[in-house]
Formats: sequence, C-alpha cells, structure tokens
Amino acid sequence: MSAPNKSYDPVEVAALKPEAIDQARDEALSAIAAAGDLEALQEAKIAHTGDRSPLSLANREIGALPPHAKAEAGKRVGQARGAVGKALGARKEELEAERDERVLVEEAVDVTLPGERAPRGGRHPLTTLMERIEDVFVAMGYEVAEGPEVEAEWFNFDALNIRPDHPARTMQDTFFVDAGREPADGAGTRGGSAVGESGMVLRTHTSPVQIRSLLDREPPVYVICPGKVFRTDELDATHTPVFHQVELLAVDEGLTMADLKGTLDHMVRALFGGEGMKTRLRPNYFPFTEPSAEMDMVCYVCRGESVGNPDRPCRTCSSEGWIELGGCGMVNPRVLVACGVDPEKYSGFAFGFGIERMLMFRHNVEDMRDMVEGDIRFTQPFGMEI
Amino acid sequence: MRAPLSWLREYVELPEGQTGRDVAAKLIAAGLEVETVERLGQGLTGPLVVGKVLAVEELTEFKKPIRWCQVDVGDANGTGEPQNLICGARNFAVGDKVVVVLPGAELPGGFKISARKTYGRVSEGMICSAAELGMSEDHDGIIVLPPEHEVGSDAIELLELVDEVLDIAVTPDRSYCLSMRGLAREAATAYGVPLRDPALIDTPAANEHGPAVEVADPVGCDRFTARAVHGVRPEARSPIWLRRRLEKAGMRPISLAVDITNYVMLELGQPLHAYDRSRLRGTIGVRRAEAGEKITTLDGAVRELDPEDLVITDERGPIGLAGVMGGAETEIADAEQDAETGEVAGTREIVVEAAHFDPVAVARTARRHRLVSEASKRFERGVDPQAASAAAQRAVDLLVLLAGASAEAGVTEVVTPGGPRTVAMAADHPDRVAGVEYGRETVVRRLQQVGCDVYGSDELTVTVPSWRPDLNDPNDLAEEVIRLEGYENLPSTLPRPPAGRGLTESQRAHRRVGRALAGEGYSEVLSYPFVGPGVFDRLLLAADDRARRTVRIVNPLSDEEPRLRTTLLPGLFAALRRNEGRGAQNVALFETGLVFHPRADGTVAVADASAGLSAERRPSSEEIAALDAALPVQPRHAAVVLSGARELDGWWGKGRQALWADAVESARTVARAVGAELRVTRGAYGPWHPGRCAALSVVVDGEEQHVGHAGELHPRVIKAFGLPAGSGAMELDLDAVERAGGRLVTAPAVSAFPVATQDVALVVGSDVPAAEVEAALREGAGELLESLRLFDLYTGEQLGGDAKSLAYALRFRAADRTLTAEEVGAAREAAVAVAAERTGAELRGV
Repeated sequence: MSAPNKSYDPVEVAALKPEAIDQARDEALSAIAAAGDLEALQEAKIAHTGDRSPLSLANREIGALPPHAKAEAGKRVGQARGAVGKALGARKEELEAERDERVLVEEAVDVTLPGERAPRGGRHPLTTLMERIEDVFVAMGYEVAEGPEVEAEWFNFDALNIRPDHPARTMQDTFFVDAGREPADGAGTRGGSAVGESGMVLRTHTSPVQIRSLLDREPPVYVICPGKVFRTDELDATHTPVFHQVELLAVDEGLTMADLKGTLDHMVRALFGGEGMKTRLRPNYFPFTEPSAEMDMVCYVCRGESVGNPDRPCRTCSSEGWIELGGCGMVNPRVLVACGVDPEKYSGFAFGFGIERMLMFRHNVEDMRDMVEGDIRFTQPFGMEI
Repeated sequence: MRAPLSWLREYVELPEGQTGRDVAAKLIAAGLEVETVERLGQGLTGPLVVGKVLAVEELTEFKKPIRWCQVDVGDANGTGEPQNLICGARNFAVGDKVVVVLPGAELPGGFKISARKTYGRVSEGMICSAAELGMSEDHDGIIVLPPEHEVGSDAIELLELVDEVLDIAVTPDRSYCLSMRGLAREAATAYGVPLRDPALIDTPAANEHGPAVEVADPVGCDRFTARAVHGVRPEARSPIWLRRRLEKAGMRPISLAVDITNYVMLELGQPLHAYDRSRLRGTIGVRRAEAGEKITTLDGAVRELDPEDLVITDERGPIGLAGVMGGAETEIADAEQDAETGEVAGTREIVVEAAHFDPVAVARTARRHRLVSEASKRFERGVDPQAASAAAQRAVDLLVLLAGASAEAGVTEVVTPGGPRTVAMAADHPDRVAGVEYGRETVVRRLQQVGCDVYGSDELTVTVPSWRPDLNDPNDLAEEVIRLEGYENLPSTLPRPPAGRGLTESQRAHRRVGRALAGEGYSEVLSYPFVGPGVFDRLLLAADDRARRTVRIVNPLSDEEPRLRTTLLPGLFAALRRNEGRGAQNVALFETGLVFHPRADGTVAVADASAGLSAERRPSSEEIAALDAALPVQPRHAAVVLSGARELDGWWGKGRQALWADAVESARTVARAVGAELRVTRGAYGPWHPGRCAALSVVVDGEEQHVGHAGELHPRVIKAFGLPAGSGAMELDLDAVERAGGRLVTAPAVSAFPVATQDVALVVGSDVPAAEVEAALREGAGELLESLRLFDLYTGEQLGGDAKSLAYALRFRAADRTLTAEEVGAAREAAVAVAAERTGAELRGV
C-alpha cells in the first residue's frame, strides 16, 4: 500500500473516474449474473472482489485523493462494492438452492416399492366379532361370563327346565361325554356308557354359564356369555358341530319384555349402525324362557326396501326384509327357582344367537367351512378388530 | 302340519278374498311358524272334465303298448261326439270314469293342451294321471273316478285342484296346532271371528256293552275309548274329498277305514287306531311289555319290546305299541276281489280305539324303536284327553256314512278321573311381564279366546283348556295374552344395569395375547377339539404322558376322532398342512382354547355328584363345588405353529426362514402380553426336535412351574403329520402363565445422566446355555447395569469345535451421577467374573 500522495491530482487518477467505477461495477454484476454454477460464481467473485479486482484497486486509490475528493469517491466505490457484494450473495443463494434441488432429485427413490417384509397375521373374525358384541354390552354395564365346555348335564339341561325326556337330550343333538376314568391310552376299547350315564355333555349352548352366573352372584345380574358350543351336526356350508354363541342374561327387579326388546334394538343399532335398525319378536317356544320369542333384525343392507320390490332384490335377506337372529324371552321362573332366585321378586330376560351366522350375513361369508379350516387367506383381511 | 285353506274355512269364516299369504301373516303374528304357502293348481285352466271310456283299441306297433280310446265327455267338447284320445296307461277299462283334459286347457307347469298327432293318430287332449294334475306324486296310471260322477262335469272342482296349503312348523308346546281344530282356533282368534269347533258333537254316554277293555297301567293310559261298527262294505273306497284332504295334508290314502282314522286325527288331533274285530282275541288290554315279548308292527318290522314300552294287548299278547304304531296281527285287511264270484273280501267289523297315553312313555318308546309316527308325534307333545270320545264318534259316523257300516250301541270309556287344571295369576301379571298396561279386561278376554275359564278380579283363577297341557304357570298365561296382543306392539325400553367394571383382567389378557400374536404375524385358527387315539403316538409322547389320558365322547361324529384334545397341536398341524396344500408358503398360525384332562381314577363322577340335585331348588355351594371338582380339568392353552419365511426376500435383500427361535419368541410374546416373566431352559419333549426344544416355565408364588415347550418340531413328527421341513411350534398353559403375571408395573426411575457402554465377548463351552451366561452377567454387573443385549454369537475353528463366543453389549448408568471410567470398568469386571465362575466363561480379546 502506498502512502498518501497529497500532491496527487484526482482528475488524473483514472481508476476513480465515475465512468470507470460504474463500468467495473457493471462488469462485475454481469459476470455474477452469468455464473452458471457455484464454481463460476467463485471465479467471478475472485475476479471482481478480489485484491486485484478493479473495484478493490479503485478503493485503494481513494486514500490518495485530496480530502475534498475522498468523500465523493469513497461513496461511489462503496456503493459499487455494496451492489456487487449483494449480487454475489443473492446469486450464491440461488445457485446453492439449485444445487440442493439437483442432489435431492438424484437421491429420489421409487416410493411405490412394496414394504411388507414379514407375513401378516390376523385374529379370527369369530373372536373379534364376539369381542365387538361384548364391548357393546360392557359399555352398558354388563359383565362377560365364561364357563367350562365339558359341562354337567345339570347346568346344561336340568337347571334350564329341559326335562330328562326333552328331545334335545338325545344323541341326535348332543355330544355325550364318557364318564370313563380310562387308563392311559386305552386305544381300541369303546366305552359302553349310555346316554346321560356320566352326567356330562359338551355344552350345547352357553346357557349353563347363565346358570353359573346366577348361582355365583346376587341379583341384579347382567351378564353376557360368549363361547364355543357343540351339537352333533355334520360340517357343511351352513352347519358346523362346533360353533360360537353369545347369550345374554339380565335378572333384576321389574325387568320386562319391553326391556328385552329395547336391549335387542340397542344391540343391532350398535352392531349395524344407523337409523332404522330394529328388531322384531315372533312367538316361539324354549323351555328356559316363558314367554319365548324368535328375534329378527331389519336387514341392514336393504333396510326392508327389497320386500315386494323385484327390481331391487337383496341377497343378504333374500328380499325378506328381516334377518333371523336367534331366540330370546323372559327367563322362565322355574330357572330362577333352580338358581335360588326368588321369582316373586325378580324377573329376567335372556337371548342367544350364533356368531357364525352373524358373521355370514355381516361379512358375506358364503360357506361356514371357511371359518373352520383356518386358511390364512380367509382370516388375514379381518385384522385385529371387526 | 299342512293345513289346506279350504279345509280351514270349514271351521272359520275367514273374510272373503283372504289369500293363503294373508292367513299366514295373521298366524305368524300369533306365533305360528308358517314355513311355506303352497298354491295348488296354480296355472291350471280347463276344460278338464269327467269322461266315460266308450271304446279302447290296443295299438301294438309301438315299443310300448298304447291305447286308442273314445271317451264320452258329454257336451264339454261342444259337439257331444266322443273324444279321440291316445293313452299310455293301462289301469282302466271300457265303462270307467276318467279325467280328460281338452284342447285349449293348460295344466300346472305351463303345459298347454292342443289336439296333436301322436302314435299315428290325432289325440284330442289327454286322459290325466294324478301327477299330471299336481295332486300327488302318483304316476302309476291315470285317475279312475268312482262311477257316480257325471260325464262332462268340471273335474277341477270335483278334484278340488285349486287350493292353498299352509305348511306350519309347530313348536313342541303347541301340540294342539297339530290339528285343523287347533289351527282353526288360532285363525278364529287372529281374525276375531267365531270358531265352529269340530269336537263339539254329541257323544253317547259310556255303557257296558262296548268292546271289553282293561287298562292295567292308568298312569300310562288315563283314557281309553273303544267303539265298534259292523257291516263295513270292504269294497267301499274313500271318496274324492277325503282322499284330497289327506293328500293335501301330506298323507297317502290307503283304505277307507285307515283314511278315516287319519282324517279324524288331522281334524281333531286325536290319533285313532282301527282294529279288525275278527282278528282280535278277547279283552283289549293296556300294560307295560314284559321282557322278551315281541311284536310285528304295521310297517312289517319285528320289534323286541322293552319292559318300559306301553303296549296294547289281547289275550295272545301285544297287538300294538301304544300311541306309536299298531300291530300287523289285527290290521285292517286290504279288500280283495274274488275273480270268479266278484265278491269282495275284507274287514267287515272294526273296533275304533281313541285313547290318551302318557307323553313320556310314548316318547321313550318311539325313540327306543326309532319309530316316529304321526300318532307318536302328537302324543309326545300332548293330546287333548277330552277329545277322545268325540274323535271315536266322528270315526264311527264316517264309517257309517262312507262304508255303509252300522254303529253298535256299546260305548267303552275307561277313564282315570283327573280334575281340571287351574292356574292362579294376578290380573296384572301379563302387564308386569310385558311392560305394557293391558288391563284386566283385555287379559281376561284373551285368556277366554285361548279356551280358558277365568274367575276373580285382582287375583285370577284360570282353568286352562284340556288341549293346552303347556299352560301351567302364570308366565305361560302371560305369553298367551302378550302374543295375542302382538309381540310387535311391545315398546322398546332399556333397563339400567348397575355400573359395570368392564372386562376382567383375564379377559383383557386373552385379548392382548391374540393381538400380540396376530401383530407378530400369526393368524388365528379355531380348530375342532376332536382327536383320534393314534395322534399321541404320532406326537411321540411317552406311554405314561398325561396328554394320553383323554376325555371321550360317547357319540362322536367320526369314530376316528372320539376324544377331546389335550393339546392344541394336532388342530394347528392340520390347519398348517391344509394351508400348505393350498399353496401357501409362509404360514404362521396360533390358537388359544381349552384342552381337556380327565379327573384321576377314583375321583367322584359328575353323575354321582349330581345325583341329589333337582331343578326345584338351588344346589348348595358344596354341591356346586362337588360338581365342578368332578368335571374334567379344562385349562386354556395357547399354541403356535409356523413354517416358511419369517421375513420375506425382497428388493431390500434376502429374507429369513422361520426358526426354532421364532417359536420360542412366540412364547415370550404371550408371556409379555399377560405381564409374566418367562423362563426358557433347554428341554426335551415328544413332538419337538430333541436338540431344539425349549422348556418354558414361570414362577408362581415363588415356585417355578413348567408351562410348556417351544422350538423346532421333531423330524418324525413333521413326517407323520405331513408338515413342511423345519416347522416350529410352541404350546403353553395360558392359565398358568396368567397366574404368574398381571401385577401392576412399577415405573422405572429414568436417569438423565450419560450412559456408559461396554462390550464383552465371552468364550464358553458350546453346551452352556446363553440364558445362564446372561443371568450371571446381570447378577455380576449389579445395580449400575441398565441393559444387556447379546449382539453376536460366533462359533468357528478359531475357538475349536466345542466352544462358542457370545458378545454382549452392556449399558451402565447411575440415577444420580455420571459414572467414572473406574466404576464402569469395575462393574464390567464383576460381571465377567461371575460369568466365569458360573459358566466357565473366558473373556475373549476384543
């Protein structure tokens, strides 16, 4: 750096001529604008703001000017340098954004590639449908009750007012269990046990759980009894010897058939949703309820609109408008007596229905065997809840 | 019960224009299950007329004999000329009356009739069979009518071809609806019109001149009416109206006498039996059979009698199974015409039995002999005992009217007196059952419609009708009122149960187990619990294994699988094989469910424990406990089976086959879901590969309890069950695992101080279980150890054949300070020291 030269004539300093400064600035700005990438910009930066760049040189000359000229030249050079610096920054930001974008584009992947690395599992829809029904009633305050599957005949029949000569107690309907205390693996020896000899059966309904609940608890009793039951039907598209039921029992003071009806209505609304869902009762006979009824629900698909309307047939209800659900009624006071509940003080209602059937019409299952065979293709779509 | 609408109208004046569907809707609302409404003669249009066969020419040039007939149809064909008809049937002769369908008519099924050329002639219509007219399945020849019907008259009306039949499934309590009388009563009530009760006919009083009857078992038979007729014309046939009613009701006409007894049974619900009096010997008796006695029933079967069977006897022995089926010996004889004299031989004297038998006795006999008849069906469910006299009278009347018989004056009635049955009921009881205010007046009116006599104001005394054995309790009467008022009119209200506590811990745990296993890729299976005895050999179970002791079913669906499962594995194996067979490659299945273990020899049987119980009282707590103690032990198990890939090959790289380790991990998944700590040790048990079997246990109340096994299956088991090679399985006693879990989680103190990580590689003998090394490290590392993880297992030549290297990552942290290098080092050394002491581990140069 040279020392101030007080005798220097500013007019004679070419680098500080306004035109020269403007020109150097313009050249710098156009070089910056022309820089296509960060490397070019770096070169432009060195060329136009580096030590040997015209503006730096001009800046250096300012000190040589007489004091009166310094201010004006300083201002001019400063403005030019400021404009260049700003343009550099802006262009750098631009180019960096462009570069980043380019890199991210290069890093792109095919996000539609499949991601399932482990085979999927699923819960059986019969299990989850039972849970869903349980949840409806648990929300109302009911308990869920369970019991053994090999059951004493007293619980399965006698306490339910099913007399010893009732047709249900024949081998045509009921699996009887051998009393045999057999030695280990007595293969080949057929038991000689007659019907009813052992006093045990595979439960034919979950009603014995109702009996156990009444024996276990003091009224009021509000229980729901889901579970596996057994009848001697061969497996086909609409029958299975092992199936599932949900039964309900409510015993309290002053319960009525209207309460039964309301509870059923609530259930079908909760399970099938929406307005217009309701049930219908038709008189029927069961030994354990009196009065007894068959219960139907409005077809949740056509809501009854397919009846007498051949243009809109309904597969779900065969255009009947109603779907058969199961049996129900007021607990026969004889059942209350067998459970030590005073029928003068308490009354109750009960209902029961098959889960397989409900799964069939709720989810369009065509063949009951699909529920039995354990084919993973059937189970997996149902996931964790239903 | 099949009820022709035309027959029903005889007792009930149904409003004009009511169709079968209308009546069905009314009866359904009243609680009868009308399954179908059959429309007979639908699509049938005439002319269909009575014709008389004038001439028959046998045509022999065809493969089968054909008749060319001229039939007089009067003016029905418009000309009065004989009608030319081709006919393939041969069961008629010149002079017979037949049914002729003329051109222009249409038979059921859209069969249009026109004159057409057949067998070389033009047949101007057709002579009809019963099947062609939709009357019955009878294809054996054409209909030959009784001679009295006028030529040219309309046969559609004559044969009552157009009608509707309601098919009704009658529930066991409504036995009276197994008769036209009972159905008519329901229809009359439903329409609010009067009933013409066919049982309300005059019957003569009993006297001493009737057939001799002796009832030795008044419990089995509390009523026996016997009447006699003579002079029956054996050649008399059932008139068309009678035959048609039987056919429409689903019964086959047999002979006049038998048809009459069936007709009266359908009409009044009272089963009757007709005996050929000439074949009876001495007094008719009713008693229980004696051991060794036999009977040949009407169906020709010889039946050995049981001392419990109620039988009808004469002096030779049993002549009928009471209320079930008559015997062949006293059967009404078929009419037989003597070819030479033209005389007809057959039954000329008949004894009619109308009795009332004990429902249980009839039910047992019918079941014992596998012989369900129209009679037994009715007696089993309950027959109106008061209808016997009227039914006998009705049969006698019809025999007189249709068979030309003379009724004898003798009337035998053996009756065990029984009072009318009454039920006391508060007048507002139906209101309280229904939740509806019907009011006393409605209640009384409805009960009267059912046939009850009702007395009293607030407290009613209700005398129930003899045909309603099902009405015994106030609730039975309430049901009658409510159903007649309409179930559809019940309001819908909700009770208010006490506040609930939700699911039990155990129920929640079961849901968690299901979700956890499904989340790990297992699909749930619900197998049948039936197994065969051979399955335990295929599972390689020891001879004394507990699982071989099974509960057995007396009447299994398949003789191959008469036992209840003691393990879930066979069901899962079958499902795995099925999935594999259908092309699935990666299959992971789980099941939770009960297994069944019989009680030990010498414990009390359920039958003995329930011997003193009755439905009339609550069993004591001791009695309940005794029953439960006698039932099989039924723990809930959880099990999995898996094969194929656990992780799939994909664009990310190679996958991984399912291993024994996945099976073991599934047990940990279950244990975690129920909050129990699972111990895994080396095991050896039947179905599992002896070198790849983990024994599973939990600690309950301070005691270690074995709960199951997991690992790779034994190659012989895989072969025996046809499973994919390398399949793994796990089974455990979920109830037992649950007992070890379920405690509240204590929250850990989360330290914010830095972690210090230390890796150690330990060389141990190849047979040292990693779980033991880990336990030793944990114990030695002490409280500063936050976590420990095995991150590598190495075996190789460097180590020699009988050693392995286990590399663990140890993380140390203190709750209150940053650990110093010295502290961490000391803890690590202590961990290694304990491992060395316990397992012989040597630190490998890291």
